[in-house]
Amino acid sequence: MNAILFLIPIALGLGLLGLGAFLWSLRAGQYDDPDGAAQRILLDDDLEENGGRPE
Amino acid sequence: MSDAASPGCPSGLSPATGGDAAAVDPSPFVRSGDGVERLELVVFGAKCAGCISKIEGALNRLSGMEEARLNLSTGRLTAAWRAGAVDPKMIVSRLSELGYRAAPFDPKASEADHDAEGRRLLRALAVAGFAMANIMLLSISVWSGEGEMGAGTRGLMHLVSALIAIPAALYAGRPFFQSAYRALRNGRANMDVPISLAVLLALGLSTYEFFAGGEALYFDAAVMLLFFLLIGRYLDHRLRWRAREAARDLLALQATTATVMDAGGDARVVATRDVRPGDLIALAPGDRAPVDGIIEEGDSLVDASLVTGESAPARLRAGDVARAGVLNQTARLTLRATATADTSLLADLTRLIEAGEQSKSRYVRLADKAAALYVPVVHSLAAATFLGWLIIGEAGLRVSMMNAIAVLIITCPCALGLAAPAVQVVATGRLFRAGILVKSGDALERLAEATRFVFDKTGTLTIGRPALRRGGDVGEETLGRAARLARASKHPLSRAIVEAVGAGPLAEDVNETPGGGVEGVVASGVSARLGSAAFVGIGDGGTVDDVSLEAWYAEEGATPVRLRFDDPPRADAEAALGALGDRGLPSELLSGDRPAVAAAMADRLGLTDWRGGIDPAGKTRRIKELSAAGEKVAMVGDGLNDAPSLAGAHVSLSPGGAADATQAAADIVYGGDGLSAIVEAVDVARTAKRRVLQNFAFAAAYNACAVPLAAAGHVTPLIAALAMSGSSIIVTLNALRLAGGGKRPRGENGARMQGAPAEAPA
Repeated sequence: MNAILFLIPIALGLGLLGLGAFLWSLRAGQYDDPDGAAQRILLDDDLEENGGRPE
Repeated sequence: MSDAASPGCPSGLSPATGGDAAAVDPSPFVRSGDGVERLELVVFGAKCAGCISKIEGALNRLSGMEEARLNLSTGRLTAAWRAGAVDPKMIVSRLSELGYRAAPFDPKASEADHDAEGRRLLRALAVAGFAMANIMLLSISVWSGEGEMGAGTRGLMHLVSALIAIPAALYAGRPFFQSAYRALRNGRANMDVPISLAVLLALGLSTYEFFAGGEALYFDAAVMLLFFLLIGRYLDHRLRWRAREAARDLLALQATTATVMDAGGDARVVATRDVRPGDLIALAPGDRAPVDGIIEEGDSLVDASLVTGESAPARLRAGDVARAGVLNQTARLTLRATATADTSLLADLTRLIEAGEQSKSRYVRLADKAAALYVPVVHSLAAATFLGWLIIGEAGLRVSMMNAIAVLIITCPCALGLAAPAVQVVATGRLFRAGILVKSGDALERLAEATRFVFDKTGTLTIGRPALRRGGDVGEETLGRAARLARASKHPLSRAIVEAVGAGPLAEDVNETPGGGVEGVVASGVSARLGSAAFVGIGDGGTVDDVSLEAWYAEEGATPVRLRFDDPPRADAEAALGALGDRGLPSELLSGDRPAVAAAMADRLGLTDWRGGIDPAGKTRRIKELSAAGEKVAMVGDGLNDAPSLAGAHVSLSPGGAADATQAAADIVYGGDGLSAIVEAVDVARTAKRRVLQNFAFAAAYNACAVPLAAAGHVTPLIAALAMSGSSIIVTLNALRLAGGGKRPRGENGARMQGAPAEAPA
């Protein structure tokens, strides 16, 4: 019985954490360009900073 | 540099879109503030990481550029630079060199930009999802602990459920409450009324039950209902939003500019809407006339096919009238504006389009029809249950109310709310992968209802430009020499010769006479002329059939030979028309071209119904005539002259290469060179309609079983939860069955359509 008093708040807290993370990412524009985000990982940004040609 | 080697998307997902058209000067659309100037452009043809790096790399190398960022999902490029450091025209021309067509967004048109409504729905969905998961955790404990759990523990579980459910449902339910309130205030009842009622009653009664120490609480049902309905609502919203974005991308292409010459002869670029009558406008080859006007200077061939449907190029000289939308092809022209953009032919067409669209907005969607049936039935059932238990069963207020609410919850508008949007999202996603852009969910419903197709000729059934007719009295060798002259000319017939013959050497000492032809030395010592009959010196040229275009080629001392051209039908036109016929859809040809040309084309394609020489108003009249006779007309066209009839038809389609205003007016835009996309769209639309009806039928059958149970008072919260999620999942799975098949690589045909990203099916 006592375990429930801990477990319920923990479960709710984790859920709220997830909800908060989602709302934050929505507000921060993480979902504005899903296609671009998937492709940008392929870019060699560091090459460009070194003055190299990314193409 | 390496960029120039392969224009367009390096992955080959999309053909290059830039290069051909003269770059628009976007300077009238630049916004400035805080010493920084910003420009928003829509970029066509960007598909992959290579595109991002090519575009952003090239623009960020321009000195003074602060930030250039491409949004691959929407195709929008935002560029910001220190005021005055970058010429905005450089950006567009740089993009064009890289192989991407770009058009500026008119800041006036793109005010309400961000998808606020979509975010609101997503937030509500997240809250409902969180609440549902956590309450379900507690509810399942209560259900599985039935008989063993102590009253104190159960009370704690219920208390926590209530604390989560009440705020969450009030927050997540707002989209429904607001819509229901609006509907009720206007004296109507929409689907949101029973939803709001079910949620609010379930919350209220469960709270009362909680304090009364009851066991059957519907907190989980209330938030689950909202969660499923919000999924359907969000899908529906995404569909509409995507359609509106695609339409706005097309509108951006019309935010055009004009080069106005002032008294001193200096050129200045202004937005088309700022052109005043009396302004002198310079039209380089490749430019479209922005407003109606009179030619002041110059002598050039123009392509008026988008305006009139006439396939033969027309010659314009000083004193001639040029309509807005004609495309200058061969030489520089100076135009004296006689109208503003608001009063030009183009604007007249736009008004006709708007009138047609208003008539379309009266269309009642299948889901709305279902809701109109559903709402009164459910409300009377719930009321009957309540009264039945109260009066006949003498069960008291509390039990009667409980059973009435069970009816409201179990009739499950979830399945109904998901039935149509889930199918439409899957269907449009599948068509999008095949290169067909559907601009609204109800466009598919309307296409499925079509009973007759009406086709435009030039550019729709045909490829839209003259092609050399092979064979006859002209040998290949002669043709090869004629092509040497043709390569030196921009005349559309010359281009047709070059296209037929291919690359090769150029004639020497070439001299072009506007309105006449080209002359030059085609081989050592042989000079020749290519052009009109008069130009090669044979006067009238004798008999010419009315249908084809012709040019004459004469070498010095030899008899002139005649080259004939026509606008051939698309390769799969006959097959596509046949396939539509097999599906019970007769086709008809409506052309703005001369009747003889229209007749020849109808004959060639086996069409018995055709009309030629019809102006835009005439086309609209014919569509109205057919509609009055009870036909549901699907109109397919590409020209500006088709735009009003597209908007007036029951459903409209246009090819991806169509005039921009026309694409904006059409419900469905298809890519590729053929017409087979139309057949596929019809098939998918009809299947989608069947699926929606199946889903409705399923929801009805489900309710027929569930309602008696609920009315009899046999439904517990556990049964309600199982029934609700079960029916929603079945409806969604049925919709997903549509996704199979037709999976061609994304973007293959989507050159002009990438403005809308593919929707991930539910």
